[in-house]
This record gives sequence, structure tokens and C-alpha cells, in this order.
Amino acid sequence: MIQSHNLSKSYGSNTVLNIENLDIPKGQSFGLVGNNGAGKTTFFSLLLDLIKPTTGRITSNNIVVSESEDWKPFTSSFIDESFLIGYLTPEEYFYFIGDLRGQNKADVDALVSQFEDFFNGEIIGAKKYLRDLSKGNQKKAGIVAALIGNPEVVILDEPFANLDPTTQIRLKQIIKKLADDREISVLVSSHDLMHVTEVCERIVVLEKGEVIKDIRTSEATLKELEAHFASQSSS
Amino acid sequence: MIKHFLNLEWKQYFRSSYWQKNLLLNILLVFFALYFVAMFLIMGFALYPILKKVYPDSDPFVVANGFLFFWFLGDLFIRFFFQKLPVMSVKPLLTLPIKRSSVVNYVLGKSATNFFNFLPLFAVIPFGIILISKGYATGPILIWMLVMLLLTLISNYLNFVFESISAETELSFLPIIAVVGGLFALNHFNIINLAELLGNAVITITENPIYILMPIALLAALYFANFKSLRQKLFLDSSLKVKATQAKSTNLEWTKRFGSVAPFMQLDIKLLTRNKRTKSSLWMLGLGLLYGLFFYPQPMYREMTFMFAFIGIFVTGIFLINFGQFIPAWDSGYYKLLMSQNIPYKDYLRSKHTLMTLSVVLLFVLSIPYVYFGWKILLAHFAAAVYNIGVNTHVILYGGSFNRKKIELDQKAAFNFQGTGAVQWIIGIPLMIIPMAIFGIVNWLVSFEVAIAVLLILGLLGIVFHHKIMDFITQKYQDSKYKMIDAFSQNT
Repeated sequence: MIQSHNLSKSYGSNTVLNIENLDIPKGQSFGLVGNNGAGKTTFFSLLLDLIKPTTGRITSNNIVVSESEDWKPFTSSFIDESFLIGYLTPEEYFYFIGDLRGQNKADVDALVSQFEDFFNGEIIGAKKYLRDLSKGNQKKAGIVAALIGNPEVVILDEPFANLDPTTQIRLKQIIKKLADDREISVLVSSHDLMHVTEVCERIVVLEKGEVIKDIRTSEATLKELEAHFASQSSS
Repeated sequence: MIKHFLNLEWKQYFRSSYWQKNLLLNILLVFFALYFVAMFLIMGFALYPILKKVYPDSDPFVVANGFLFFWFLGDLFIRFFFQKLPVMSVKPLLTLPIKRSSVVNYVLGKSATNFFNFLPLFAVIPFGIILISKGYATGPILIWMLVMLLLTLISNYLNFVFESISAETELSFLPIIAVVGGLFALNHFNIINLAELLGNAVITITENPIYILMPIALLAALYFANFKSLRQKLFLDSSLKVKATQAKSTNLEWTKRFGSVAPFMQLDIKLLTRNKRTKSSLWMLGLGLLYGLFFYPQPMYREMTFMFAFIGIFVTGIFLINFGQFIPAWDSGYYKLLMSQNIPYKDYLRSKHTLMTLSVVLLFVLSIPYVYFGWKILLAHFAAAVYNIGVNTHVILYGGSFNRKKIELDQKAAFNFQGTGAVQWIIGIPLMIIPMAIFGIVNWLVSFEVAIAVLLILGLLGIVFHHKIMDFITQKYQDSKYKMIDAFSQNT
């Protein structure tokens, strides 16, 4: 589904990402972990064509993302709060995204109603603009908006950060459900090793822009990751 | 403590990307400042002879004091729009061992050093010196200068009271207009002769210096009021407090008839009506519409036919200019979303175009009453409106593709240069000067009718080739996509 070839991004002489080859097959739930500055967000930004690769390219469904816009209809994402439109209410935001993805109000309502638990009654009908919601609630709205319109690729950058424990657990269930669907590839990055190992079937560790581990998740994965990052801090 | 504050601010100012990128704007501001200094100096020196000439029978000093009331109102009014309380990012300071009162005192004290407080001195001091040289007693005149300084500071702190009221009530500039207008009206209709009252009060002070305690007390009271309200705001919970603004949903079904651009038009209308900065630009519509009244009532300007096109462009295009110059920066806060969503760029731009076109039509209809000043004016406005629709909408959209400045929607608009770059200054030339020049030259060389026809034809050409032009503009935006995303995600 998603292939990167010779992909690199540098600012001046500083290379922030350098991935020779990374294939993510359709339907995989893919986790990206790494310390700050490892290149996780850079990779996602390249995948969404928000920045230009220095060398190489990413193809999504055989479409080179920096050359054509045809990947947009089946790709959705939530990277950070700059994906929210502050002066809309959450409902209006969902309808707006729905409009862009060819979903009418009823479709959007039907989808959003599945997430009543997740929203915990604080988002729908709260008569508040997105800019007035708490960081956590903003994130919830953004994540759900990324699920509108039957995307085949869902990209979530640090979805667990800023969420309360209950919501984290609910979000894990949501992502697992997405991962079970063999039509949808879910790409998640996180600092929380436990969460990613729970929801992702494959985990890639980035360090200074390079892939240094590519693991199929198993019982032993969490231990392995913890050992890896523990040794990082001591070195 | 103050040393630390000054140090922090120095760094904030010179390390901000705003300063580094906006050298041109800063130079321009310096020029403006020098211009005003010169104007005030001239006023200070010329006031005495002028008053002597206009009111030969009165004492110039007394006459000048009679005008103080208007000076004060004007000062207050202008300050409201152009002067803001110096901002300090206090959040990081709150947890440090710094007294809250010293932060507040610093902010308030710093406001006293504002350019607006020095400006009057450039007029007051020369005027005072001339008075002394003309034989007025030195003591009272020195007192008078001191009173002027006090008055300036009073209006300085009074302004912040108004600003905090406006900020809390979301009434924008209604309170200041109500108060200043109310005082002016009281005086104008002779209900209370405030001008004379203030003049006499000032003269009394110069004669009995002990009364100077009154303005000082007033100043102290205002300072204290500001101090109290600022100190209250200086707690973290007031900025963390959940704002209780009720979201209003608006029915914008009518936009559906515009087809695929409808979602964006709904978004734009919400953008305009729900944000501080854009709301103020809606206010500008009214002012722009009345712009012609500055000119047309005077026979002198009615002779200058070439001005008609310029005023027409301005009156029918005020929204176009105001809104258009910041495309796409209005959406800078969520530009990444737009760029990664399933959005045809062309529809996004066409929505802006449609909105601007509608505004031109609406403003033209509203400006029809100008026909009172002659049918030629109406005709010129019509041609200007067509030119606006056909040419200027495209010009300003094209200019937007060079836009690299982020806008924060929640900030007040007047004198807010955020998002302004060289593009905004340069774009004015093709937008206003070119049509005026074309119209003026053809009008001068051939005739009024032909000049109108030329503007109409240019406008119609733009309308006919709309789709071709939009394709070209869309390409321009696409080409600068990465640069815009990068620029919009930077904090200013």
C-alpha cells in the first residue's frame, strides 16, 4: 500500500530522515516509535505531502504523493491541533470534513454516533467552539474526524498524548477495531511503548531518522523495546 | 527586576521572526513617526500666529484652551485604535519569585513611554515657549505644560480602561464611540459646554497651581483602576478558565446553490463572523461605503472626474481589498488540514472569489445613492464595480500566492500589522492606481464615455476568461504550497 524508496529529508546539512526502504502492506496496523527528533512526524508529513522530500519518494496505492493529489480521497490524518478549525463547533467540523469527503450529514451522524462513549458527552451538543475545548477534547474531535469518509489509510501522530486514562483505553479499542479491518491501514506514532505494542501488529523504531528496528509484535516485543530505549538513555 | 524585564523584551523583539522579516514595515513605521513629529512641531510653532490671525480680538492662550476638549477626545479616539497595552508574556513569570505587583507596575509604567505620549509634547513645548516669548508669565505657562502632560497621561490610562471594557464585552469599538460621541454631542448641542468648562479649568489651574492636585488625583485613580484590573487578570486560572461563549449555529443553506464551493463558502462566512480580527473588517465595510462622502460633497472634487474611478474602486471594493489581501492567510491556522484533506485547490479559491464578487455587487447596490451627486458618478462606480469583479478579484488572488504571513484570528484588527508584508503594500498599486490611471488618461485624452467603456471592457474580459485565469492562479498556489505550509506553521 505505502512504499518509500530512498526517502530522505534534510535541512541544510542536517539530515532528519533517511529511510532506504519501508513497505507498509494494505491493512497493516503500523506503529512508529522513537525519541524526540527521531523523525516520526517528519515521516508522516512527507506521507501527507506537507513537506518536500530531499531525495526519493513515497507512493501510496501506487500514487507518488508529491506528484499527484489522487491519494487524498482515501487518506485521512490527525497530526496536531493545526488540523482543527478553531471557530467551528465539533459538529460543524465533522460536517465540513464530511462534505469534503462526499459524506452527507446523515452519514456523518451515523459514524459519529459510534463514538459517544469516546466523547464522554463533552463534545457533541456542548455548544462550544473547538478553540474553547480542552486539549484532550480537541484531540478526540480531531481523531474522530480522521475516521470520516471510509479512509483506507489513517495516520495518527501521538494519538495517546494528552488523553486521560479512560479515553486512552477507549482509543486503544477504536484503533484495534480499525486494525482488524483488513481494508484499513492504520499508522500510529507514540512515545508510549505499551500502547503501541498493544494496538500495532508491526513496530518500527526510528533513531536519528533511520530505521533501526522493524519488529512483528509478539509477547516479547514490549520487553525488547524497553530494553532498547533503556540502553539509549544510558549511552 | 526592571532590568530583567527590559532584557527579556529586548530579546523578544529582536529575536522574533516578525522583526527579521519585516524590516521594510519597520522602516515605514519610523517614517510615519517622523512625519507626525514634524506635523506636531509645525503645529506647535504655527498655532500662535494662526490663532492671532483667526481670532484677532481674543487671547490666543484662552482660545487654545477652548480647543483642548476636542484635542482630548481626538487623542482618546485615536489611541483606542492605535495604542495597545504593552503585552508581556506573563505565564512563564508567574511561577517565579516575582511580585505580581511589580509585573503590573512594569507593564503600566512602560505604557507611559509610548510614542503617543511624547507626540503632544512636540506641539505643547514650542507653543509654550512662544507664549513666554510673547510676554506671558513664565510660571503659569510651565504649569500649563505640566497640565498638558498630565492630560496626555490621563488619556493614556483612560484608554486602557476602555480597551479592557471592549475586550470583555465583545462590543468592539462601540463603547469608545458611545462615550466620545456622547461627550461631543453634549458639547455640540450646547447641553453642557464641556469645551469651555475644560478650558476654564485648565486656566484656573495655571492661575492657582494648587488645583493641579486634581488632575494628578484623577491620573492616580485611573492608574489604580488599571492596576487592579490587570492584577486580577494576572492569575493563571483566568487564562485557563473555560470561556463560556455559547456557540451559535448558523443556517447557511443558501450557499448550497453555489455547488461545489458551498462548504468553503460556509466556512468563510463563519470565519468572518466568529473571529475578532475578521469581525472588525466587517465594520470597515460601513466606513468604506461612506468614503465617497469625504469627496463628493465638495465641488472641487466633483470637477476631478478621474477621481471617480478611484473612489468607485474603493467604495465597491472595500471588502475585496480588506478580505482579499490576506488570502490565504485567513486559513493559516489550519492550512495543513486543508492541504492534506480531499480538497480541490481550485474550489477553495473559487469560494473566495465568489464571496468577493458578491460583496462587490452588494456594495455597488448600496452605493447607488451616490447618484445624488450626479449620474456620472453612478456610471463610474458601475464601471469600477465591473472592473473589480473582472480584474481586481483575480489580481488579489494572484497576490495571495505570495502570502507567507500567518494571522491569528483572535487578535484585534486595528493597527494590527500581523500578516502584513511587502505584498500587501505592493498589491495596492495594480489594485487601485492602475484603474485610476487608465481611467484618468483615457478620460483626459478621449472622453468620459470612452474611459468608462475601457474599464467595462477590461472587467468583462476578466469575467470571460475567469476559468483560464483561475487555472493559472491555482497553479501558482500549488507551486508555493510547501513554502506556505512552512511559513504558516511558524510562530510570529
